Amino acid sequence: MKKTILIICLLLIGFSASAQKKKKNSKVAIEVDGVCMMCKKRIEKAALNSKGVKFASWDLKTHQLSLIIDENKTDSKIIQQNVAAVGHDTRGVRAKDHVYNQIDPCCKYRDKKIVDAHEKAEN
Amino acid sequence: MEPIHHFITLENELEEVTLKSKKKATQRSFIQTKNVFTVNSAELLKAACCNLAESFETNPSIDVNFSDALTGTRQIQMLGLKSPYLLITQENIPSIRGAGQVFGLTFTPGTWVESIQITKGAGSVINGYESISGQINAELVKPLTDNRIFLNAYGSLGGRYELNSHLNHKISDKWQTGVYIHGNYRNKKFDRNKDGFLDNPLISQVNVMNRWQYLDAEKGWVSFINVRFMDDSKQTGQNNFDPLKDKGRSEVWGGEIDTKRFDSSLKLGYVFPQLPFQSFGFQFSYSNHDQDSYFGLKTYDINHQSVYSNLLFNSIIGDTRSKFTTGLNFTYDIYDEFVNSINFSRKEKSFGGFFEYAYDNSDNFSFTSGVRIDTHNLLGTYITPRLHIRYVPWEKGVLRASIGQGRKSGNVFAENQQLFASTRQIDIQSSGGKIYGLDPEVAWNYGLSYLQGFNLFNRKGDITFDYYRTHFQNQVVVDWENPQRISFYNLDGESYANSFQTEVNYYVDDFTSLRLAYKFYDIETDYFSGKLSKPLTPNHRLFANISYETKKINDIKQWKFDLTYNFIGEQRLPDTSTNTVEYQLEEYSNSYSLLNTQITKVFTEKFEIYFGVENLTDLKQKNPILASDDPFGDSFDSTIIYAPIFGRMLYSGLRFKIN
Repeated sequence: MKKTILIICLLLIGFSASAQKKKKNSKVAIEVDGVCMMCKKRIEKAALNSKGVKFASWDLKTHQLSLIIDENKTDSKIIQQNVAAVGHDTRGVRAKDHVYNQIDPCCKYRDKKIVDAHEKAEN
Repeated sequence: MEPIHHFITLENELEEVTLKSKKKATQRSFIQTKNVFTVNSAELLKAACCNLAESFETNPSIDVNFSDALTGTRQIQMLGLKSPYLLITQENIPSIRGAGQVFGLTFTPGTWVESIQITKGAGSVINGYESISGQINAELVKPLTDNRIFLNAYGSLGGRYELNSHLNHKISDKWQTGVYIHGNYRNKKFDRNKDGFLDNPLISQVNVMNRWQYLDAEKGWVSFINVRFMDDSKQTGQNNFDPLKDKGRSEVWGGEIDTKRFDSSLKLGYVFPQLPFQSFGFQFSYSNHDQDSYFGLKTYDINHQSVYSNLLFNSIIGDTRSKFTTGLNFTYDIYDEFVNSINFSRKEKSFGGFFEYAYDNSDNFSFTSGVRIDTHNLLGTYITPRLHIRYVPWEKGVLRASIGQGRKSGNVFAENQQLFASTRQIDIQSSGGKIYGLDPEVAWNYGLSYLQGFNLFNRKGDITFDYYRTHFQNQVVVDWENPQRISFYNLDGESYANSFQTEVNYYVDDFTSLRLAYKFYDIETDYFSGKLSKPLTPNHRLFANISYETKKINDIKQWKFDLTYNFIGEQRLPDTSTNTVEYQLEEYSNSYSLLNTQITKVFTEKFEIYFGVENLTDLKQKNPILASDDPFGDSFDSTIIYAPIFGRMLYSGLRFKIN
């Protein structure tokens, strides 16, 4: 039993130690444009495919992409480029038109008609 | 632990919301890797469902059978195997096991259950190695989310009365507490089939639980503390049996089962505030199950004390598409067991560690693979592997496969208590094994499942095909094939259970939903007398359920109608050919159909009443107790039950709740 407690303590110390190193687990939020759940999937996938991104969650309403990243391996700029590379504009990087044109018709977030249609469907 | 689990599925749940227009009462997941479906409270309210054992009646994946004519206790089966082959947990703490195997499900009142998760196939390694054909987890109502005040009264023409009350109270911003009290009672004697025996036992139960819930969302701490005490007593046997006068004598046959049970548990969870994907959990529980019983001249007393503890850690490898859970379990069981005063007491200790890795490409492919290693004082040291795979080949189609091993010690008496209500001689053919002289039960389970969602006439539906096979490496064979004997022995040869199920759910309109299912079982075991199919198990079953709700008036007032149909195919009966002619049964029972219905009227947010009929067509087994005219003779047997005994049963109840 003593041994078990010791192991538990060691484990806990280990976890809290890793949690305190802010640089390895840095919280970052980026504004990314999109309109639907398909966009969400695409944005999060692009973010997670970037090396050093551990957690990615895009909010449909606020357009915020919340990330937890390892700052030793990546930074906000690289991720924004990767997200733009699949067709989504971010605050800092605009997606190239020919990439944007390839995303599904329902995801055309630059088209006001489509954005309005999504909003209507939600209400 | 709940908060952790919820977090992990958070993203997925968001996706699910987009798939459906209305929350379904039962729902198969398109997203999860394992073949899991969730039964939520709306489904649980569709049947009389007075306790956990009865809450599966509208669910075709679980079969509800009567275990014997005397206690009327319902036993559940999944993939054709009895509940001991399932891991049944209460909020992820193994609960129905050991001494509580037969009656345990009736010790959790229905109103305490918030939702049930049913996993077909081997399941996760996190909660242990004991699951063979599946896992059932019951989430209980929680002080934070349950109604502040809840009252339920129930009465049936079968003479059963129940009362449930919940009181939840907020102590501070972080602490909530709830007190849940249940009582049930039946003192009216019925003998509709005129065999001289009670159709239903006389019962009384008092069940009290107190829960404490702690939640500090900012710091990431969650905790539950539970204490429960239950006192249950049953009296069965001949109508004129008087325990004070007739106990221990061979004139009037009767029996009593008195069970007292104490449960306590502590759960502690922590989610790292900076790292929402990382958490740890700790669980500890202690229970004491004490049953004193006699059946005619036989006595069975068991006391089972159990300690269970589990520590787990969740995190990711790289990013959140690769997750893992690792941890330790510790179990200590003390059994004091006496059968007709012969001592079968023993202690079981096990300690194990596990690692489960889950990958999800967040699109069309995911798998969960787990392994655990355990060391047990009677079962030895062993590795338990489990694997679940999910693949989405096209839109709304989900293909799943699973494989896994499980093992358990066979509690021959606790699991087959109905044997005491017969004159059968107990015969354990010891092989020198460590559990009643027998070896541990070990089995592999393989499964394939395909789920396809569809749109028909612009309405949603889904269809599932499930095929599962359980293959025993060793089984404690329970042999009923000699009418004067029950034998237990290690499997010599082959034993398997194949099950196929197809199920269609269709939402006809906003108010009507339809569920149809067909099940086929092929279960065979090599007995000493040769290879035989499992007795009292139909090969074919059909199930249909239709639910209809009227449009809500002022968003509240509503009628709800529910109708369930079951067809149960012919069942092989245990061999009775060596009995004298009048006590012989056919080789097979007849097939039959059952109808249950319920109507609920919602008056206000606070008040609703319901009325139902179980077994509408009044179907009854003709001769449920063999040699009921000679209960102390050689052929007396109340264990061969293939159909309801009581017949039509009307009930009514009310629910009152304040939020």
